[in-house]
Amino acid sequence: MSFLSDYSFWAFIFRWLHVISGVMWIGHLWYFNFTQTPTMPKIPAELRPAVVRFILPEALFWFRWGAMFTLGFGLILAYMNGYLLNAIKIGIGDGNHYFTAIGIGMWLGTIMWFNVWFIIMPNQNKVMGVTSATPDEVNAARRTAGLASRVNTMLSIPMLYGMVFAPHFYAGH
Amino acid sequence: MNNPLDSLGQTVILGVVLTVIVAVLIPVIGG
Repeated sequence: MSFLSDYSFWAFIFRWLHVISGVMWIGHLWYFNFTQTPTMPKIPAELRPAVVRFILPEALFWFRWGAMFTLGFGLILAYMNGYLLNAIKIGIGDGNHYFTAIGIGMWLGTIMWFNVWFIIMPNQNKVMGVTSATPDEVNAARRTAGLASRVNTMLSIPMLYGMVFAPHFYAGH
Repeated sequence: MNNPLDSLGQTVILGVVLTVIVAVLIPVIGG
């Protein structure tokens, strides 16, 4: 059990927690974009409230907290590994591709986290009736939340490239 | 003009295009 006193073991544990939270987050993001949103028009109108009132709030709970814990564990991991500042400045001047790759991944992930908490959730709260809004405001909120969700789906592809590329490709170079 | 993000397929294509840009930028910025 000597590994328990090994600093790199605990850094690894935070990497594991970061990945688990990230799967929770991006799994729900892709559920919304690949499954729920394209299916909604095919659902009979009388059944749609079941999705909006029961599935959506639950999915958004795990989605937004997945985003929060992914960011938190990721920042702790980068700090523990000693490259937080190098990653924030995407390796400029460091002469190290690793910091550039993980840094771009981190910035894209941070933009996505901001979208979740400050654009998607406030607008979804209007759609779900958590915050009061007129029917016109609800329609506008649905559009804004949907586009922000699509932006995050688009960004998730290069974000994961940077995240996975950094430790797995450059590790051997 | 339609917003490409209204289409899931175009969203994924844009994501792949951005990935290619990121893949090129990594060695350029990383030096």
